[in-house]
Amino acid sequence: MAFMTLREAVADTVRDGCSIAFEGFTHLIPHAAAHEVMRQGMSDLTLIRMTPDIVYDQFVGLGRVKKMIFSYAGNPGVGLLRRVRDAAENSWPKPIEIEEHSHAAMANAYEAGAAGLPCAMFRGYLGAGLKEVNPNIKSVICPFTGEDLAAVPALKPDVTFIHAQRADRAGNVLLEGIVGIQKEAVLAARKAVVTVEEIVDDLSAHPNMTVLPHWTVHAVCKVPGGAHPSYVHGMYDRDNAAYLEWDKIAADRQAFADWMEEHVMRASSDDFAKRIKGLERAAS
Amino acid sequence: MSDFTPDEMMTIAASRALTNDDVCFVGIGAPSAACNVARLTHSPDITLIYESGTIGTAPDVLPLSIGDGELCETALTTVSVPEMFRYWLQGGRITIGFLGAAQLDRFGNINTTVIGDYASPKTRLPGGGGAPEIASSSQQVYMTCKQSRRAFVQTVDFYTSFGHGDGGDHRQRLGITTKGPTLLITDMAVWQPDEETKEFTVHSLHPGVTREQMRDSVGWDIRYADEVVETEPPSAEELTVLRELKARTKAAHERSSRSGSRSQSDG
Repeated sequence: MAFMTLREAVADTVRDGCSIAFEGFTHLIPHAAAHEVMRQGMSDLTLIRMTPDIVYDQFVGLGRVKKMIFSYAGNPGVGLLRRVRDAAENSWPKPIEIEEHSHAAMANAYEAGAAGLPCAMFRGYLGAGLKEVNPNIKSVICPFTGEDLAAVPALKPDVTFIHAQRADRAGNVLLEGIVGIQKEAVLAARKAVVTVEEIVDDLSAHPNMTVLPHWTVHAVCKVPGGAHPSYVHGMYDRDNAAYLEWDKIAADRQAFADWMEEHVMRASSDDFAKRIKGLERAAS
Repeated sequence: MSDFTPDEMMTIAASRALTNDDVCFVGIGAPSAACNVARLTHSPDITLIYESGTIGTAPDVLPLSIGDGELCETALTTVSVPEMFRYWLQGGRITIGFLGAAQLDRFGNINTTVIGDYASPKTRLPGGGGAPEIASSSQQVYMTCKQSRRAFVQTVDFYTSFGHGDGGDHRQRLGITTKGPTLLITDMAVWQPDEETKEFTVHSLHPGVTREQMRDSVGWDIRYADEVVETEPPSAEELTVLRELKARTKAAHERSSRSGSRSQSDG
């Protein structure tokens, strides 16, 4: 583990053509990290995420994505992802490969990656159409009961990015609230980068809170507000208006390009701290 | 109480199907409103579970997404997503999976994946999320969805979540041991599958709804039960609870959104 700026951590870990997971289940979405990758220009990416929302809409709209592996591609609480739709329906700005799963499959596949297994098996996809269109959904017969179970390959991203509440000065990371799939996504990856709201002397963690030891992560970067417009449990609320506005911005190719230029390309990760003004929770 | 909307009737009729003993896996949108009205009226001890990992949640306002902070803050416990799908859903602990739908057919098969062909879709929808396994691992499935010719179709374009397939014993033939869709509540009627064919059959019509209106909003020839009754209209208490919940939700989401103009400029 090394403390780095986000710019250094992205330059150090991400290459053209690599596979990246930016995980976060509505909560703790690593927006700042995703924007840094967009700014540094890496392309031909395989993006993995259970719930690709507006950050993947942005990557796809910029034409940086070769393939997307996912289980629910929507704007939570709002509707569809308009840049993803434009790529899937009109191949604009270019076609994307899609490997589509269910949540259960993705969760099991990350867990298999973390557990060092080649594949995951579970009871799933019964009667489901995805089995017909995704060649990575296969089946195995239980050697003890004969039950036909679904099997999917383990997910092992080249790099996983997550956002968390805090790290201590050794780089141990604390996550609390809706912890989603982040622990599995970190432990499944070849390298993991964690952005945090703050760095503290003592994590003061309850023994069962999710702590990732410093030696499981490649880099820790302090980026206050780095989840915005997603939220950080106990620290700031979700910017629901931003999700609603995204629906309008992403509906138009030019409006999208203009917005990305102003708010991503000509911005920096330091700008996130001011984006959460007015959304902060009082310290408890 | 005489004045209510079809939407309110749908939510309230759906809420009545739940009980105190249920462990309900809640889909976002219409199911979420119905489940919380049940909790706030006749079933205060119902366990509501959202796929983000929140177990036994009791939100004061309806969440915008399945991962809102409100769900975690009011939950008995919050578990990781793999634990949610493996131990709690696949483990068989969910009595009711409550799902919405973009498109469904008369056997309760749901499509939320694509309109048109999968490889070159006319409309790319979000996909299944948790629904394919909610549909097969929950002990039974309730569904709620507004009726329209666009949504209620002869054949779904894609089997996102398997209901009763082609009907009859299709679930058993695929090795599925759970009951599947047993109830469909819409803005016009309450439907239940026929015991033999598993085709959804109308059991009650909401007050004022005619068979002609039904025909105009459904893309197949509707079957009616021998005895079709009128759905009990919403009680004063049910309507008050639902309207207060919606008002609290609107106020809370406006508050947390601050001013829209600022966040647009800052992004």
